[in-house]
Amino acid sequence: MRRSGAGRRGPRERGAWRGAGAPAIQTIDRRQFIGLAGLSALGLWTQPPARASSVQAPSARRWAMVVDPKKCLEIDGCTRCLAACHRAHNVPSVADQRHEVKWIWKERFERAFPSEQNVYTEDSLKGKPVPVLCNHCDNPPCVRVCPTGATWKRDDGIVMMDWHRCIGCRYCMSACPYGSRSFNWDDPRRHMAVPPSNDYPTRTKGVVEKCTFCEERLARGLAPACVEACPDGALVFGDLRDPKSRVREILRARHTIRRRPELGTQPVVYYVI
Amino acid sequence: MLLQKALTGTRGYWFWVTALVALVGLGVAAWLAQLQTGLAVTGLSRDVSWGLYIAQFTFLVGVAASAVMVVLPYYLHDCQAFARVTILGEFLAVAAVVACGLFILVDMGQPSRVLNVVLYPSPRSLMFWDMLSLAGYLAMNLAIGWTTLSAERHEVAPPSWTRPLILLSIPWAISIHTVTAFLYAGLPGRSFWMTALLAPRFLASAFAAGPALLILLALLLRRVAAFDIGRAATGRLAVIVAYATVATLFFLLMETFTTFYSGIPEHAQHLRYLFTGLDGHAPFAPWMWTSVVLAFAGLVLLVVPSFAGNDRLLGLAAAAILIALWIDKGLGLIVGGLVPTPFEQIVDYSPTAVEILISTGIWATGALLVTGFFKMVIAVRRETARAL
Repeated sequence: MRRSGAGRRGPRERGAWRGAGAPAIQTIDRRQFIGLAGLSALGLWTQPPARASSVQAPSARRWAMVVDPKKCLEIDGCTRCLAACHRAHNVPSVADQRHEVKWIWKERFERAFPSEQNVYTEDSLKGKPVPVLCNHCDNPPCVRVCPTGATWKRDDGIVMMDWHRCIGCRYCMSACPYGSRSFNWDDPRRHMAVPPSNDYPTRTKGVVEKCTFCEERLARGLAPACVEACPDGALVFGDLRDPKSRVREILRARHTIRRRPELGTQPVVYYVI
Repeated sequence: MLLQKALTGTRGYWFWVTALVALVGLGVAAWLAQLQTGLAVTGLSRDVSWGLYIAQFTFLVGVAASAVMVVLPYYLHDCQAFARVTILGEFLAVAAVVACGLFILVDMGQPSRVLNVVLYPSPRSLMFWDMLSLAGYLAMNLAIGWTTLSAERHEVAPPSWTRPLILLSIPWAISIHTVTAFLYAGLPGRSFWMTALLAPRFLASAFAAGPALLILLALLLRRVAAFDIGRAATGRLAVIVAYATVATLFFLLMETFTTFYSGIPEHAQHLRYLFTGLDGHAPFAPWMWTSVVLAFAGLVLLVVPSFAGNDRLLGLAAAAILIALWIDKGLGLIVGGLVPTPFEQIVDYSPTAVEILISTGIWATGALLVTGFFKMVIAVRRETARAL
């Protein structure tokens, strides 16, 4: 198991991302969940029903991210998080802008926060690129509208995608108020800059995809690829439910904003201002 | 066999059918190309992710729902003027729903997985309810149309079970277009669609566009098939079209007031993009103003008393209103809701040749169904008239 990177960040505060040596994280994927649910349903015949509840709370965590755009700007034109994410997940680099597939990318501050438009914006952010990604909303409109359950929310808050169930109706793309979802307009394998990695599936044409907070890495006890790749700690990842976590610490100490909070979607990607 | 009636006809009939089949064939070929490459062959993009297909779907749900405008007066108010046209309205609805389904299918990235909607039913999604309501409406109208026509052919009263089904089809017709409006009206962040007026607006424009299409079909049948639904029927349909057009324009003005008087830029930018353009992009402005002008022109032709009874003017008015409302719903509504994007960017969209060929093919499929159904109706009517 690869556990480099996460250990690189020096002394780790409690509740901040725990990489190497940390206990395995209690996340559970859907397949495991269904398996367990099936087993416990069987168990209902022989065991007291209380057994079933043991799978009800696979994780008490609520994953969240804090982005510090000013820190992010310290290294001019840094795109390491984008590159790391897109490499890790075999995200195609489509030349035609209209057909781009993006999991994390940079938008000008004014575009990412259209409702924050003062006539005179602070110089340090005006026109500057800020990283944007899926907000893993508490109340995700994309999940609500999906007609097949191909996108769903896990107990730990991650909004997931099942690329084998998605019918490509793109209702989720209309529903997402953040433009965070991409569609494979043609075969993504035609647009791979480097040969696709075998560690992660490539997608087929005609399905929607997006950031999954690196659930596959979380399951192995690793930090999300973008967080790991960020050289100056502008991306902080952690458990929102743990009051001692690094993300909670930042949220207590700094003024943060979220994209379009007025819509009630409750994004968990926070931006330090 | 009722079906046999659709398989005999004059040379003109077969010429028409062949032309439609050719268009369907072209559409199928274009769809195969789209399946091969993916939806990249369309003009759609990550920002304008719905376009011509979904807009045609929305427009045609309206045409389907509008059958209620002849069914309701005939069955609830015993409006005898509609005696000959009601079944045409029902069969038009069947054809429209079939075309709706096809438009959804061709819009899908993975059409082979369409059954996932049934295998993993998701009642939280409005698409689930839209599927149920459209499927129900299709079955209902097919059953009603076919049974009443068979009964007519054998010169007996339709079976008694059709009556409750017909009554059920009335609110059901309202529901299909309401649910279709809900597909859009419940999305946070798409302020152009997020208005409680969307469903009423949809219904009003449908009740104008559908009967306008029925008028045009009736005028056509009179010319090519010597089949007359009667002046009383076209006259009443014209009144329905006029009132529904007034309601549509009224609703549009309501939207315009709220949007612009409140001055909230996010709400105004969509209407601005459509009607005047934004940042120098105004691809829809000529279309939208054409729509407004045609709607008013059609309305004038319908309401000025001295024009009444003139079939040519009636046809012109119906065509003007049909085109106006097709532009409004079949073109502007979807793209206008998606542009500007959540990043407040203007991303232009225009359908590609493939998209247009596929759409034409589906419209031709609908026209083919309408042709077959209407042919059966007319044949049965002729037979029973001769027997009298």
